[in-house]
Amino acid sequence: MDTAVYNHAGAATPPSWGRVRRSRYFADRALKIISTLFTVLGAFVLGWILLMLLVEGIGGLSPAVFTETTPGPGTEGGGIANAIVGSLILTLLGILVATPIGVLAGTYLAEYGKTSKLAAVIRFVNDILLAAPSILIGLFVYMLMVEPMGGYSGWAGGIALAIIAVPVIVRSTEDMLRLVPGSLREAGAALGAPMSTVIVKISWKAARAGMVTGVILATARIAGETAPLLFTALNNNFWFSPNLMGGVSNLPVTIYQFALAPYQNWRELAWAGALIITLSILALSIVARLLLKKDQVR
Amino acid sequence: MSTIAVNASSAIGSAAAADTGVPVRIAVRNLEFYYGDFRSLKSISLDFYDRQVTALIGPSGCGKSTLLRTFNRIYSLYPEQRAEGQILLDGQNVLSPSIDVNELRARVGMVFQKPTPFPMSIYDNIAFGIRLYEKPPKSELDGRVEEALRKAALWDEVKDKLRQSGMGLSGGQQQRLCIARTIAQHPEVILLDEPTSALDPISTGKIEELIEQLRSEFTIVIVTHNMQQAARISQFTAFMYLGELVEFGPTTKMFMNPSKKQTQDYITGRFG
Repeated sequence: MDTAVYNHAGAATPPSWGRVRRSRYFADRALKIISTLFTVLGAFVLGWILLMLLVEGIGGLSPAVFTETTPGPGTEGGGIANAIVGSLILTLLGILVATPIGVLAGTYLAEYGKTSKLAAVIRFVNDILLAAPSILIGLFVYMLMVEPMGGYSGWAGGIALAIIAVPVIVRSTEDMLRLVPGSLREAGAALGAPMSTVIVKISWKAARAGMVTGVILATARIAGETAPLLFTALNNNFWFSPNLMGGVSNLPVTIYQFALAPYQNWRELAWAGALIITLSILALSIVARLLLKKDQVR
Repeated sequence: MSTIAVNASSAIGSAAAADTGVPVRIAVRNLEFYYGDFRSLKSISLDFYDRQVTALIGPSGCGKSTLLRTFNRIYSLYPEQRAEGQILLDGQNVLSPSIDVNELRARVGMVFQKPTPFPMSIYDNIAFGIRLYEKPPKSELDGRVEEALRKAALWDEVKDKLRQSGMGLSGGQQQRLCIARTIAQHPEVILLDEPTSALDPISTGKIEELIEQLRSEFTIVIVTHNMQQAARISQFTAFMYLGELVEFGPTTKMFMNPSKKQTQDYITGRFG
């Protein structure tokens, strides 16, 4: 305001520089300090969790952790090999079911349903599903599969995890495809390419790093899910049966059960399991980041 | 059908036909265009001559890009846009629902304002359009790719890196890649929508030279904001204003001795 007046008057007195700047400088500094503080706070909590996991988890790590099955009550030693393998199977099953559904639904939303009502409804429902309590999904699959099939199974566990992963993949696929400039689609269409070709050969190709990243992050998300498995894959102390019927042992539920147990060796195994699962998720996230970065550099 | 339409054409759009004797490739008849309820082209009738460059000029929003986008029906990607009237390509109305748009777009190529290389190798960028309608053996495909790149004056710059991404080229190279991609399909008409407005003067010069060479094979329609460019590279110029065709004629006449005052004012920079 002041400066405008000075300029208008033709400036017999030159505008003074100090006035406005001091308060703005203060506000600027204050915001910077506050946001830095809260960032540090957030990072501190994360660092604390990681540190505690490392300290306690490394103590519990031993070759037996990776080779022996989970011990029964009152038995010495033991490992979590069956839980690790079981988790790998369940996560893989979940992501294999979720990826085609999620990618195609996301493609529909971004490419075909930009303006349609149906797409708006699907987008809304997807957002609800994204925020749905995972225990509900576990109960849902219990009713849908466990009861009719007459027992817990790895299939039910995989489907429950898939239901968690689908909305994540739908969302990331749609977001990534929306980043593909419309001019690229027009250019494809202008060569006489039908829409399906434009989507598969151009849009997917342009967005592939982001789409793969979305799938990896969804994998990381379901790898640590506990609640949906409680009512579906359950957990036990044995190797999975080849037809995946009956309970399938897995890391998250093992950690949940062992951490509460009165046995020292169980609690140590729970720490080791928690460390392994966290490091795996961390590794997946890093891979996802590198993929995105590599794509941006290119 | 086409003869009737030609007879019905307005005086402005075909005024030059008698003077030149050049065959007409595209005849636009009473074309109306709507964005939703907004009428953005008002009864346009205009002829485009075989293997000539026709420039569409006019201030922003006058409808010149809209007109260009009707020729390959690219507007139909957007459900709220529609065209009425006739656009006769070799006597056939391309707006007719019986026309296969993808086939039409292979015959009428288009290059956009911003270079749009696909996220794939230089080779695959060119081969993309060819592979859509033909399955030539590898050796023939190689030949077609080279031919297109040579015609687009890009071959010498990229012949050693055909497998590298097309996104790694400079802006001017990318635009020539897009032109190469278009001519690789052997279209009859090439539509250029402000193809040099995102490029530096040297790249612009190269594209203009290229357009001059391509004229011997293709019928070219170019939208441009740059009047010097229109004067340099086109044989015919159409001046549009507020969705109407104001004046059309040989470029030399349009720039030296326009018959409408509006054209004169725009060309001399008095408005627009």
